[in-house]
Amino acid sequence: MKRGSLLTHVMAAALSLVFLFPFVWLLASAVKPNELLKQWPPVWVFTPTLEHLRELFQPDSPFQFWQFLLNTLYVCAFTVCGNLLSSSMVAYGFARLRWPGRDLLFYAMLGTMMVPAQTMMIPIFLLFRNLGWIDTFLPLTIPTLFGNAFFIFMLRQFFLTVPKDLLDAARVDGHGEVAIWWRVVMPLSIPALAVVGLFSFLGAWNDFINPLIYLLDETRYTLSLGLAMFQGQYEAQYGRLMAASALMTCPIVILFFFAQRQFIEGIKMTGIKG
Amino acid sequence: MTPSRKRDLKLGLFFASPYIVGFLGLTLLPLIASFCFSFADYDIFNPPKWIGLENFTKLGQDRLFWISLWNTAFFTVFAVPLGMTVAFLLALLLNRKMIARPVFRTIFFLPSIVPLVAASVLWVWVFNSQYGYLNWALQPVCNVFNLIPGVHTAAPNWLQSPTWAKPALVIMNVWGVGGTMVLYLAALQDVPQTLYEVADLDGASSWRKVWHVTLPMVSPILFFTLVMGLIGALQVFTQAYIMTKGGQPGVSTLFYCLYLFQNAFEYFRLGYASAMAWILFAIIGVITAIVFKATGRFIYYEGGTGE
Repeated sequence: MKRGSLLTHVMAAALSLVFLFPFVWLLASAVKPNELLKQWPPVWVFTPTLEHLRELFQPDSPFQFWQFLLNTLYVCAFTVCGNLLSSSMVAYGFARLRWPGRDLLFYAMLGTMMVPAQTMMIPIFLLFRNLGWIDTFLPLTIPTLFGNAFFIFMLRQFFLTVPKDLLDAARVDGHGEVAIWWRVVMPLSIPALAVVGLFSFLGAWNDFINPLIYLLDETRYTLSLGLAMFQGQYEAQYGRLMAASALMTCPIVILFFFAQRQFIEGIKMTGIKG
Repeated sequence: MTPSRKRDLKLGLFFASPYIVGFLGLTLLPLIASFCFSFADYDIFNPPKWIGLENFTKLGQDRLFWISLWNTAFFTVFAVPLGMTVAFLLALLLNRKMIARPVFRTIFFLPSIVPLVAASVLWVWVFNSQYGYLNWALQPVCNVFNLIPGVHTAAPNWLQSPTWAKPALVIMNVWGVGGTMVLYLAALQDVPQTLYEVADLDGASSWRKVWHVTLPMVSPILFFTLVMGLIGALQVFTQAYIMTKGGQPGVSTLFYCLYLFQNAFEYFRLGYASAMAWILFAIIGVITAIVFKATGRFIYYEGGTGE
């Protein structure tokens, strides 16, 4: 059996090094003693220290990891549940029901995917401001209850593959459409729902501009906003900054190793239309 | 309308109701509202005042508006093709016969899932001209060039340099092309093997096979990533907000959406910012239309053109 040429492997290994190096730099700087961080050329062999991490967990640290993590997880959990419920419900209406105006609304929805968020950002801000939602999590969570065009599209494509006989059999048994959506289609769509859940989670975890617009009080910061503000104030504290970045990145990397298939499937699904 | 059609409509509207509310409340009405604001002077604290086209004429004379447009164009023109090329070359490499392909694929993919804020904080330190590893790695390259008599090069100051700050952000962007690469790799693996066998019979070289077989077969996905990449790059915001403190040095990384954000939420010029938002919308629409038109005949869809 041919194993591939040596050149292929040498190139792949060299490029891997280039792509991995920022990670090495991140982790190395997070555990590098302060006095070595600002040495030129960079020191690569040293006794690692946990001082930066420890400083982050001090009660007076400007980067309150546990608080920010809790806030982020709350928003993420709400986003995942909200998106799964609302998007799957709407997707069922688009995929398995016939009703006047369905296709029109569906194409209008696809059209909105082209509109840059900035165009809607200001009126939505004013709306939430009038509702008294500034400095609460509501602007980050409530919109997920109305479905997300991209997730609706993805789930619709998947729901279309559920055999029609299965739905008809359930209808003959006297089940209503809500029961069919919830008890027949949803259990059969776990793989697609897992992908939507994962991407909702990532979206909420990584979101920066919405927390930046809506959250004011430090006790409500999410990780991304907290890290950005920390960086703004303590520009030169590279050890602590790298430790904080690593803390924010690690859960995602760990998640990736548990849900590699869903990550890859999700990426591929985004390209299906292409 | 027959009773059964009425029932269908009710049922359909029920299932679509979350999205209908969202579509009206969070898309359509905000779009109309921001369109109206773009013709108004509005600072949140006083009611909006109709001023006709004044926001647009003022934008035309606003130096920062044109600079932000230029910066964004620069970023887009370099980041998108470079990102696509790197992603495609990586995918071609991974599509060759090799051992440990999943390991390499994971390594190239991983940077793309690093949260953008965390990546930005990390790259500030990578680009640090005094202590960052990038310039440490570039030093030997510069030394080689300096062997030529009369040439004196030094590693750039990156984020501190008006010339190099934008290229720095382009380079950082390349690090995150893993998602695009995964798409390309999937498309490459779908190219029927028989096509290559036929090309082999014709005695085609590897590069001719890439050019005449691979590229046409994956052209739909290239097109898709081009459109999405352009739309994304025109909205570049987070990196500049964090890494260059809102557009520094000078205004060299003041990108369009950054300036829009500053107008809206720092200067409270909501009408002005709305006008910018609609111009962005128009630019994205025009560019997408141009790309559709210009690439249409190069894209190969299996089973005929268009569906």
